[in-house]
Amino acid sequence: MHSVREAYFIFLKDFQLEFRSRYALNAIFLFAVTTLTAVSFSIGPQRLKTEILSPLLWIILFFSAMTGLSHIFVREEEQQTADTLRLVTSSTAVFLGKWFFNLILLIALEIIIIPLYLAMLGVEVGNSAVFFTVLLLGSLGLSSVATLIAAIISQASAKGALFAVLSFPISLPVLISGIHATRIALEGGTFSDGLPDLQILFSFSVVIFTLSVLLFEFIWRK
Amino acid sequence: MSLDRNWWKYFLGCWMVLIILGAFLYAPPAKGLGDTARILFFHVPMAWLATLSFLISAVSSIHYLRRRERIYDIWAVSAAQIGLLFAILATITGSIWAKKIWHSYWNWDPRETSIFILLLIYAAYFALRSAVDVDEQRAKLAAVYSIIAFVTVPFFIFIIPRVYESLHPDPLINPEGKIKMDSRMLQVFLGSLFGFTILFYWILRIKVSAARAKFVLDNLKE
Repeated sequence: MHSVREAYFIFLKDFQLEFRSRYALNAIFLFAVTTLTAVSFSIGPQRLKTEILSPLLWIILFFSAMTGLSHIFVREEEQQTADTLRLVTSSTAVFLGKWFFNLILLIALEIIIIPLYLAMLGVEVGNSAVFFTVLLLGSLGLSSVATLIAAIISQASAKGALFAVLSFPISLPVLISGIHATRIALEGGTFSDGLPDLQILFSFSVVIFTLSVLLFEFIWRK
Repeated sequence: MSLDRNWWKYFLGCWMVLIILGAFLYAPPAKGLGDTARILFFHVPMAWLATLSFLISAVSSIHYLRRRERIYDIWAVSAAQIGLLFAILATITGSIWAKKIWHSYWNWDPRETSIFILLLIYAAYFALRSAVDVDEQRAKLAAVYSIIAFVTVPFFIFIIPRVYESLHPDPLINPEGKIKMDSRMLQVFLGSLFGFTILFYWILRIKVSAARAKFVLDNLKE
């Protein structure tokens, strides 16, 4: 329980820092809006099929996540606060705190971007319960992958480009099954139609999260 | 360089000549696929070696994180380099065959998708290695990445066949669990698999001892 408490303090610290600068939130939010506008503008008034709508949503979410979610570790290295953090807390607490922050950031992005996506592209959600479950599970998976890869790239050069390159192959299970399940949800499928995809999303999130907690210490400790 | 120590190298040379002759002269053309099926004697072993190197690289990475000895990192990177080479060769040979049979070089068949993901992971692995300057840090981060990438692979086995249907022939591993190959084809195929694996072992040995020598030399300079 001790490290959960510590993780909570790390989350609070990052939350307050973010609230002051709003660097990650601005980057991730404006990127998502720009992409969405570019897509909506270029297709004009026509209605897209669900085969195209659901990949579009996940492409926007994935690349927006790639612009902002690495900031949490890159900032610690750039402002040279990482070593202090290494001294005062356990690595598990650091990972949990940062992971939770990234999850909240991603969900905040979705709260803003999903209504815009639905409105601008004229999307009708057939089964909203399935739709939001997919989004939640997908965010869990994406934020776990992104947090671990962010920790890796914060110690490398060429951080920005490397983040998406390293995250993409690892996030593919989330993206493929997320896109598939979103399409089912948009077409009005029930939970039992989307169950295999939801199972994959859930199990992948659990596996990657567990693995991240185990491996994070190796990345974090020098 | 006495003959008795290197006998297996001469043996391998003769063996591969026999396999090449056998592939074109001894094995009969396959039913339905005709002479194009002869590519399987070279294409399948390449794909197998790409997978095997990936496995060796991941196992060496685990050893590296546990023991922190440079030799394991040398094994991991050498296996990954050879794996990348064979993955590219398997992709090219497969693509040429696909053009002949399916009339298109690339159409996202599940097998094409999975080899593409493998290529992406290898590419990301080397991108990460080139972006870190300090040796220990590079070895550590690359090892972690290799392990995460390896854990995601089983998910692709479940996901990809659900989304796309495969046209790729499965001569050895198929749902009925039967070997559908002509006995003469099977002899050449298994022989080729054996020959390629020995060849892989040979290349890996050369790469590892070269990398080791370079490591020792670099340390002497300091």
